Amino acid sequence: MAGYHDPHFDTLSLHAGAAPDPATGARAVPLHLSTSFVFKDAEHAASLFNMERPGHVYSRISNPTNAVFEERMAALEGAVGAIATASGQAALHLAVATLAGAGSHIVASGALYGGSHNLLAYTLRRFGIDTTFVAPRNLDGWRRAIRPNTRLLFGETLGNPGLDVLDIPAVSSIAHEAGVPLLVDSTFTTPWLMKPIDMGADLVFHSATKFLCGHGTVVGGVVLDGGRFDWTGSGRFPELSEPYEGFHGMNFAEESSVGAFLLRARREGLRDFGACMSPHTAWLILQGIETLALRMERHVANTRRIVEFLCSHPMVQDVGYPELPSHPDHALAQRLLPRGAGAVFSFNLKGSRAQGRAFIEALQVFSHLANVGDCRSLVIHPASTTHFRMSDEALALSGIGPGTIRLSIGLESADDLIDDLKRAFKVAAKSGASGRGTV
Amino acid sequence: MNIDLGTHQAYAYTGGKPFDPTLPCIAFIHGALHDHSAWTLPARWFAHHGHSVLALDQPGHMRSSGPVCPDVPAIARWLLKVLDVVGAQDVTLVGHSMGSLIALEAAAQAPERVKRLVMVGTAYPMVVSTALLDAAEQRPAQGIEMVNNFSISTWASKPGYPGPGFWLHGGNRALMHRVLASNREVNLFSHDFRLCNDYRSAEMAMPRVRAQTHLVLGERDQMTLPKATALLAQGLQAQVHTVCAGHSLMHEDPEGFLSVLRQITAANAA
Repeated sequence: MAGYHDPHFDTLSLHAGAAPDPATGARAVPLHLSTSFVFKDAEHAASLFNMERPGHVYSRISNPTNAVFEERMAALEGAVGAIATASGQAALHLAVATLAGAGSHIVASGALYGGSHNLLAYTLRRFGIDTTFVAPRNLDGWRRAIRPNTRLLFGETLGNPGLDVLDIPAVSSIAHEAGVPLLVDSTFTTPWLMKPIDMGADLVFHSATKFLCGHGTVVGGVVLDGGRFDWTGSGRFPELSEPYEGFHGMNFAEESSVGAFLLRARREGLRDFGACMSPHTAWLILQGIETLALRMERHVANTRRIVEFLCSHPMVQDVGYPELPSHPDHALAQRLLPRGAGAVFSFNLKGSRAQGRAFIEALQVFSHLANVGDCRSLVIHPASTTHFRMSDEALALSGIGPGTIRLSIGLESADDLIDDLKRAFKVAAKSGASGRGTV
Repeated sequence: MNIDLGTHQAYAYTGGKPFDPTLPCIAFIHGALHDHSAWTLPARWFAHHGHSVLALDQPGHMRSSGPVCPDVPAIARWLLKVLDVVGAQDVTLVGHSMGSLIALEAAAQAPERVKRLVMVGTAYPMVVSTALLDAAEQRPAQGIEMVNNFSISTWASKPGYPGPGFWLHGGNRALMHRVLASNREVNLFSHDFRLCNDYRSAEMAMPRVRAQTHLVLGERDQMTLPKATALLAQGLQAQVHTVCAGHSLMHEDPEGFLSVLRQITAANAA
């Protein structure tokens, strides 16, 4: 297998981390539904616990099926390794909890998934971790917000809800000048559209529930380390660069020059917080990853067709997609996302909240639910669901209008998706004309 | 631990236990563009099983300060000085790739001090292709990709180094970049590979070695081909062990590698 360069993405997505099972010859990745693994003898047991030998002890800490998923994701992202977690939220929490504690500070993009915003703005504050939110395009804002106790800069590759493209090269430079790592949520882009580590990010996480799984079947997450950040040289991370009594007095940065973060996250975070991934989940997500490149190509191709259709429809006020020249990050997207700007975006319907609701209810191929990244196309009307308690003024502050519709474009025929949208536009138009659409 | 050599500091990972000079010492010497972390699993095991351990960063690499040494014999002199300063005794030298040449030279320079010599992923002469030397000098990132892909023979090393969930290719690549970045004055990539290529003193060194010598080779090694060890095996009367892995054998098959090292140390102890 030796060659002058790494195997290509499609090959890694099928082979990285897995080989025919030496015990059975099984070609597909076996599902190891076992909580624990037998020690060869007492000495073997002790040396596994003391990290003198590698191996699996208990599936909360590691599992052979999960390890294939972790290695495969690391291969696709250009990372040194990964840790599978119970959800994307668990991955974010694991990253933060490994690097920060009471008295620590985070600088985060203000354009975040609601769950991430809640964790940082409310829940982590209860535990003494403070977050300053900045507009993702304001590079001076990132720089000015960094304090002596800042442990992390954090943003999404494509922000929520406006698909703000994070300028990873610029923000990572700001982070590194201050001796702080940059963590990015790459859920919307997947490694097929963007490799944040190659652009300067230090840590990456995904909600693997979305495009990685791709079939809307399981909830999972993964956090990855690029291995380039100097935890010792930074001087801000005694958790990684000094002996830790909670794990045999281990100095993780001495133990591994490039894997200190992952060692501590697994040996402390997974052990103590316990938000591990089920091996069954890892196995299902692996099925998704094996076709990730094919699916993402189709997701993006379909999205471009739908965006083109919506831009020309008289009932559409505007479409927010970074490939459009009207998007504020159009140029940045062309530079950082040459394969496409993903398959989740929003558009504004001309009309009222009720017309938005009527539009949603008329759709037959699109499924109305709170998820993205499924192989099936999905839709949600924030003003009548996730944000229904907010006034129009409050919605506007969040970048959401009464007619904002969020779509996650799936793998169906684009023609059928466009027909479905046409039908729903007609219903919404009639709803407005009959007067039933007024709030 | 940091070892004061007078003008400079040497760093050695000691396996999670304080260095005890009264115990038999195993010194691990890393290969080109690597550091001590290439050895942490076996180092940790031996430190907890009756040995004192030194897994060193070579001069000018990562945590060890000082100028880089101009040739393999000079690094061997530095190594012997480290052993003197810490009072190491009953010394086993375990060197990987470039480190194996350093271990050979040290065993030749101080035959009375080195009891066992273990040359891992070795060859002599350790010829480096012109293409790789050029890449190391002119296009380090491209050269690192070449080394990485020729060093690792599998896409699925189990159970992983240093543990489950680590991707060997990514870890090795990141380590080489980190080591390269650790010295702003010298291109360590070019420096280390030129030292391997330029070393031609084994014929003089081998007759002086008194240590019992072992070669530990990767069956699938494409950096230092197993067939290129005949001169060493004959000249050192070495016992040859093989592991089903490539050049990064201690990472691809950490259990197999540990098993071989345990056999070697147990046999010598008996």
